[in-house]
Amino acid sequence: MTACYLDHNATTPLGLPAREAMARAMEVTGNASSVHGFGRDARKIVEDARAKIAELAGIAPANVIFTSGGSEANNAILRGVNSDSVITSAVEHASVLDAHPDALRIPVDTDGVVDVNALSTMLSKTDGRALVSVMAANNETGVVQPIAGISKLCKDAGAVLHVDAIQWAGKRPLFEITAYADVLTLSAHKFNGPSGVGAIVVKDGVAFEPLIRGGGQERRRRAGTENIIGIAGFGAAAEAAINGVRDFSKIAQLRDRIENELSNDAKFYGSNSDRLANTTNIGMPGVSAETQVMAFDLAGIAVSAGSACSSGKVEPSHVLMAMGVSKQEAAEAVRVSLGPSTSVDEVEKFIETWRGLRLRTRKDAEAAA
Amino acid sequence: MSQKTRPVYLDYQATTPVDPRVMDVMTPFFTEAFGNPHSTSHSYGWEARDAVEEARQQVAKMINADPREVVFTSGATESNNMAIKGVARFFEGRKSHMIAPVTEHKCVLESLKYAQKLGYEITWLSVASNGLIDPDDIRNAIRDDTALVSVMHVNNEIGVVQPVNQIGAICREKGVYFHTDAAQAAGKTAIDVQDMNVDLMSLSAHKMYGPMGIGALYVRRKPRVRLEPLMDGGGQERTMRSGTLPAPLVAGFGMAAKLVTEERDTETTRVRDLRDRLLKGLQQRVPDLYVNGDMEHRIAGNLNIGFKGIDSETLMDALKERVAISSGSACTSAAVEPSYVLRALGLSDEDAHASVRLCVGRMTAPEEIEVVIDAISDAVRTLRADGARASVA
Repeated sequence: MTACYLDHNATTPLGLPAREAMARAMEVTGNASSVHGFGRDARKIVEDARAKIAELAGIAPANVIFTSGGSEANNAILRGVNSDSVITSAVEHASVLDAHPDALRIPVDTDGVVDVNALSTMLSKTDGRALVSVMAANNETGVVQPIAGISKLCKDAGAVLHVDAIQWAGKRPLFEITAYADVLTLSAHKFNGPSGVGAIVVKDGVAFEPLIRGGGQERRRRAGTENIIGIAGFGAAAEAAINGVRDFSKIAQLRDRIENELSNDAKFYGSNSDRLANTTNIGMPGVSAETQVMAFDLAGIAVSAGSACSSGKVEPSHVLMAMGVSKQEAAEAVRVSLGPSTSVDEVEKFIETWRGLRLRTRKDAEAAA
Repeated sequence: MSQKTRPVYLDYQATTPVDPRVMDVMTPFFTEAFGNPHSTSHSYGWEARDAVEEARQQVAKMINADPREVVFTSGATESNNMAIKGVARFFEGRKSHMIAPVTEHKCVLESLKYAQKLGYEITWLSVASNGLIDPDDIRNAIRDDTALVSVMHVNNEIGVVQPVNQIGAICREKGVYFHTDAAQAAGKTAIDVQDMNVDLMSLSAHKMYGPMGIGALYVRRKPRVRLEPLMDGGGQERTMRSGTLPAPLVAGFGMAAKLVTEERDTETTRVRDLRDRLLKGLQQRVPDLYVNGDMEHRIAGNLNIGFKGIDSETLMDALKERVAISSGSACTSAAVEPSYVLRALGLSDEDAHASVRLCVGRMTAPEEIEVVIDAISDAVRTLRADGARASVA
């Protein structure tokens, strides 16, 4: 069994607060829409959790809508907001890109940052109301986007701004995003909550067509029986994030240690930008990402080549290619994402394994030559 | 609510408790085996993926399907939305008609209204006074441009089992897709997608002693069923449904399906016996009651009973310390309008308002049935006496 988990942007271990909250919720049998006592117990769990997520986001509980996860939340907004045109960044998650294959794409610079001038031009050329979708922080590089500036452009143009805050939440203060976004989306399992639950945080006055209709739950914005246990865990993870969101300086030190130790040999994508403290995207020249992740796994280290959902595919990262990285180099990059539980020893083990692999493949290449 | 005063739970069609054996299977995936099942580069991911694939086989076995035909979703509401909207969007401009009875679940009705907005005409079929649909009505309603027939397997309020095998045969013969919402059927009646000739089938784990937040859509491969996904993105579930699968919930769903496959027959016998004792007890002690919906073609646990002259809200309030029941489906149970399902059977507003749904399940103990008979007969007697006094005064 792998001992060294460095793939926290794919999913995170369930935190103790979430686990405890879920264990308590497991004692409750009830459909939150039922009017009897069992139903009211379930309803209380849902509303308590909603209040926690609202507090994390800095908004009223009525503005929080539960979903089955980040992909659903992104699809609901991208497909549901009534707009005349859709503009997204080129480095968005697939659930944003694929929901609107024909959307205009804002380019990013070589550091992975959205070109705000390009957005400005796009907005000036579009008629009617635009929906703009830009993520707070990228899942593959951790690069943070200039949401404040983007928000200003959107406001001036009368556009609706959606921010995918899935990788940001739990790592940086979420209210900093709420301050600028008209609507933002969250996923619990990216910050020590359970998989299978996420949320849409929507400002008053921003309407969207529900993706899933039916029983009228979630103020008619998302039908379906609420996932009580998952929602309980989500609420507890949000509460932990309210208390612990600034605890990332240690993680930043560990990440920087990796980059300092490997700086002679490796390429780091997005490292000139403001980045999430836990993420580094590392290129090993001449060695395919697939070879790397297999070698790391043999050594008991879990990392990934790109995002988890596409890690079964062989195509190089669209994120890196959008940053101007060549196809070959993009196919040699591995994402390393740390978490609060990551230790110095794990980081040392990664560095050592990376160096060993680099040495071995270089020798192989020389022998072949 | 304290443990010792817990009322008897007879609302198994709103949701079921998670079976402890299901909980045991889920627990490791909440803790050490936390990987993302779509992470293909390390053993955390493989472990979660293996659990997902085992669950897929278990769910497939329950309905006699190929595992590749099982698409995991967040629940039956999503599955119903995905099936109906997905077919509507795929055939937009090529087909223009769909058929469903008026007694479908809200989320089916809402999804059909979405299809209407895309330009589909919907034929809403009425049901007989026993709640059952006449397969010939389906046959007569099918047109050249019909894309889909959607008929729920088991009704969520009155528990009647629709003649899905006959409907499926008609749809297959006519070359029309057949979707069934089987959320209330799984675990309670035999489901065989081959016998049913069904093309799309929605399932929910939390109605069959699994966790909330997980369900499935069966999508037939041969002949292949075409539909647009509801969600795009990472391309999970063979691009039919993007999004990280919650491995603990999927594993729990799988175990719940396995238990159904193994234990359904014995459980059905036990549940039917309890349900029949409940009905008999109430019939013996409460005058002027009526059962809504057919008793023969009905799942074993369900009763939907009206008590003449009683308001169901008042009755449930009087019972709340002793019995948890509902006046209809959970999602609309806070609504004050009478059940549209009971109205479709021809009940007056007053008789529909006087009706409650009781459902016996896996954890119901025989002694609880006696408690419920006592509680309901006491409450109805008291309420009727109060009503009589009020009308005299």
